[in-house]
Amino acid sequence: MSNFVVFVEQVGGKLRQSGLECLGAAAQAGATPIAALAGDGAADAAAALNAQGVQTAVCFDGPGTQSPDALAAGLAEVVKAKGAQGFLAAASAHGRDLAPRVAAHLDAVLFADITGLESAGSGYQVTRPWLAGKAIATLTSSADVLCATTRLNVFPTLPGSGTPSVETQTLSDAGKARITGVESKAAAKLDVSEASVVVSGGRGLKEAEGFGIIEELASAFGDAAVGASRAVVDLGWRPHSEQVGQTGKTVSPKLYIAVGISGAIQHLAGMKTSGTIVAINKDADAPIFKVADYGIVGDAFEVVPALTRAVAEIKAQS
Amino acid sequence: MNIVACVKRVPSTEASAEISADGKGLDPKNFQYIVSFYDDVAVEQAVQTKAQLGGEVTVLTLGSADGSKEIRECLARGADKAVVMVDEHWADRDCRATAKILAAKIQELGADLVTMGKVATDRDNAAVGPMTATYLGYACVTNVVGLELTEQGGTAKRETEAGIETVEFSLPAVITCDKGLVELRRPGLKDIMAAKKKPTEEVPFENVENQAQVVQANLPAPRKEGRIVGEGPDAVPALIEALRNEANVL
Repeated sequence: MSNFVVFVEQVGGKLRQSGLECLGAAAQAGATPIAALAGDGAADAAAALNAQGVQTAVCFDGPGTQSPDALAAGLAEVVKAKGAQGFLAAASAHGRDLAPRVAAHLDAVLFADITGLESAGSGYQVTRPWLAGKAIATLTSSADVLCATTRLNVFPTLPGSGTPSVETQTLSDAGKARITGVESKAAAKLDVSEASVVVSGGRGLKEAEGFGIIEELASAFGDAAVGASRAVVDLGWRPHSEQVGQTGKTVSPKLYIAVGISGAIQHLAGMKTSGTIVAINKDADAPIFKVADYGIVGDAFEVVPALTRAVAEIKAQS
Repeated sequence: MNIVACVKRVPSTEASAEISADGKGLDPKNFQYIVSFYDDVAVEQAVQTKAQLGGEVTVLTLGSADGSKEIRECLARGADKAVVMVDEHWADRDCRATAKILAAKIQELGADLVTMGKVATDRDNAAVGPMTATYLGYACVTNVVGLELTEQGGTAKRETEAGIETVEFSLPAVITCDKGLVELRRPGLKDIMAAKKKPTEEVPFENVENQAQVVQANLPAPRKEGRIVGEGPDAVPALIEALRNEANVL
């Protein structure tokens, strides 16, 4: 059975969901995952790991954990030392920054943002989007180590039992680039790429202030993030970090609600793989309705507040 | 400062995909090409860094023999010259092969600063920047939305799910640029005329074989047909009912 080294993100001892999905992706493909964690709290997070098949965790400490180049070099050494056939990280900002560097250290190609991973012949094959999901490619790698990042919200987390044995490694090299600070978002604010519910707004909201009704709906869900179309980001109504689409983020939440978004092809490419899609638009012919599971034709300023009240009522009961 | 801005020619974001006859690629017959959006930002950043610290901006691409329009646009943005590695396989190069070919050329050019887009909007790997930096042994900061530079190094702000990170780095470095890093200026007629006189050099490169092999390419399965549940706020109860009892997401 082959080993995969899986980089699992943690913040202050708390495991990120995306890392658990990544372990799930490895286990589902029949590999034994070796978890790799870094930074303050890594040992606590590793002790809390309860994911299928994880018997070993490697925790990095030392100044190099604050440097993507030093950490990537350390991860590549673990892959080599363990004779791993794969290296996985989540397709988060951190994972997509680290994984290509690890791949280069291993002189292996990287498959970013994969949505499928399975064993095939003596190796593995992946599926991943091209043109932000306008096409889907199935690929294999002739490299010794399969390197990939897994799209958020796609792979299952597989709970297991037992506590992994933890090895600790110190990265004493401070690296060429060092993270010196993080300006945290408000604790409650989820990123559009990792939220399980996304409420997005477009030009149909008429002005920047129109997003008030979007924010209210998102907060009624509790676990929702606010998204935006390219048009409103270009108009300066919303920050680029919220942009969904081909020149923004590709998202796959359980529920995607598009309000006042007509559905340009580059936007559809970024959200078409969402679990359930709801569209609210006053134009019954808007292309967004072609990908929506449920649509309401109407004025966003009338429909959305009514929806917010209904959602808030349900959440209050549960 | 010797600045190299790497750019890629990609299908425009309005393009829809069709699978090629061999079932392993995209049929380019309906594609119109542009410079990948974020690479425009990378060229603009390079030009603004030159304005601040002096030096020269070279646009570097591994690309199609038909890419002269895109190269001229980069020169009109204010780059000084272009170095083009004409590659008949440009559209199918994997990220490792691209990074190794670029790294070898950047080494030759002796860049202090390399700017690239954070991702090319065709294969969406976002891997060539950090891979190139790793092969070169350069520092690298990805998804940069703010940048302060001196002759020796700099401080970058990068966008992550957890918030904005501050990263200090030494030169030489590869920076991958996000939207909002610099305002894209529209080249004027004078810039466009000047671009025609700027040198573009076609240079050979040492081939690197792909490791990625395409088994097949497909169009995504169409979504199950949806329905309009109603009009106006009166339709909200029907939507809630569907979300709770059909889709099970509420």
